[in-house]
Amino acid sequence: MLVEIRLIAVIVAVACALPGVFLVLRSLTMMSDAITHTVLLGIVLAFFITQDLNSPLLMIGATLMGVATVWLIETLQRTKLLGNDTAIGIVFPLFFSIAIILITRYAGDVHLDADSVLMGELAFAPFRRLTLFGMDLGPKSLWTMSVILALNAAFIGVFYKELKLTTFDPAFAAAVGFSPALLHYGLMTLVSLTAVGAYDSVGSILVVGFMVGPALTGYLLTNRLKQMIGIAVLAAVINSLIGIELAFLLDTSLAGMAAVVTGVTCLLAFLFSPEKGWIKKAALRRKQKREFYTWLEKEGIH
Amino acid sequence: MTQIAISLNQVVVAYQSQPVLWNVSADIYKGKLTALIGPNGAGKSTLIKAMLDLHPPVAGSVSFSAAGKTDAAYSEVKKAIAYVPQKSSVDWSFPTTVLDVVVMGRYGHLGWFKRPRKHDIQLAEEMLEKVGMEAFKDRQISQLSGGQRQRVFMARALAQQADIYILDEPLAGVDIKTERIIMQLLRELVLEGKTVMVVHHDLQTVEEYFDEVVFLNRQIIAAGPTEITFTEGNIEETYRKEQTVQSGVSER
Repeated sequence: MLVEIRLIAVIVAVACALPGVFLVLRSLTMMSDAITHTVLLGIVLAFFITQDLNSPLLMIGATLMGVATVWLIETLQRTKLLGNDTAIGIVFPLFFSIAIILITRYAGDVHLDADSVLMGELAFAPFRRLTLFGMDLGPKSLWTMSVILALNAAFIGVFYKELKLTTFDPAFAAAVGFSPALLHYGLMTLVSLTAVGAYDSVGSILVVGFMVGPALTGYLLTNRLKQMIGIAVLAAVINSLIGIELAFLLDTSLAGMAAVVTGVTCLLAFLFSPEKGWIKKAALRRKQKREFYTWLEKEGIH
Repeated sequence: MTQIAISLNQVVVAYQSQPVLWNVSADIYKGKLTALIGPNGAGKSTLIKAMLDLHPPVAGSVSFSAAGKTDAAYSEVKKAIAYVPQKSSVDWSFPTTVLDVVVMGRYGHLGWFKRPRKHDIQLAEEMLEKVGMEAFKDRQISQLSGGQRQRVFMARALAQQADIYILDEPLAGVDIKTERIIMQLLRELVLEGKTVMVVHHDLQTVEEYFDEVVFLNRQIIAAGPTEITFTEGNIEETYRKEQTVQSGVSER
């Protein structure tokens, strides 16, 4: 079971890190924060319709709600009546609070309680098994997240060139025939799907950390997109494994600890990155300052 | 008789409720270097975006004669049109190299799914040589100066191997060396029979650089060969209009 927990954690982390790379490059991290919360409303609404927590409709409903969130936020932003952040700030708490109210008022007696949705519980993930004809095929979330990981990897693999172009220069991309809107909504659909898939193992709050953290680490450590993706994946694996060991050691939340480690790795990259790191930049400034004063002295200027 | 490469026909473009461009009709000629001139807020970039279907006009039409077609819509001939956006419009800290950006000029020809081949990369390297940036091909793009960035964009446009080149402020904030390289390359393009349209801001150099000039301020003020059209009167009218529009707004 401990192996299963580690496996789920790694797969969730990698599945989140992949779309995260493009969220970071497109400055959409706050948007992903909104999505990871509003998908909850989709889950709740779909649950009221199906009355079945295991229905695949929950996943579809939640993904649709994520995409609807993006659409609504961007429509508000386009009116220019309010700032970009403000639009996110209006839509996301609204949808999220409706979901919380619905859960506490009408779904109190089922598994769908507010705590487990917000925080998730990785330790319980192996208890929900996928069985087929009486055969135990392993934890359900392992299967869901593996499929989502495969989808994310396939999307980035197939549309790598298009994602790169529309992220770097959307106007040029549109002019040469690659619709930025199409790729944007494709990416946002996958972000929503990933958020839904990950919510019952790591919870909706930490998903954002798993999406943004490893990607940012990659961004800080390299100047190449492919390497950034590679580092993000590697960081996701390492972070989740170290996080789980620490959580076992300190007897604390598994996903929480993994998120803490993710933050620490990010901070380390920010400080020590050989090219973009804070220490490197500070050292460079001091060196330049010294050089200037030596020059002043040599020239005899005071 | 010179052929028309781009024909603007009663184009009206609006953002929100206010029309930005009103009844814009003009012809851009094949084998000519044309300057699009007007004050800030005159709608120059908007007109270019309307031409490239990035912000479709609410009325009127734009037609192109390129790639062996005449009077074609943008979508039919987009592979034969190269576009250079303002260099400030992209994020230069994006993790990619100079060569990579130039290869992006080939993406339109490749279409969806296909990856750039050896031929595309060789072509991109050739174009980098033309703009004098071959030594920088593996550099991260954030390390470039403003002029170098503009030359990278120029190389990307050349890699598109188009019939019509549309450039938005390619000489804004660049060094003399870059300005010379870009103008020489544009001159070579028109000598090959290509069409070049440039949003330009420096009135001092218009006569030296351009064959044709289009004065724009919300509408066409004047258009034609530089030696006839680039007059004191037209310049004054183009730049004075801004004040009248502004005072008209503030009076309301």
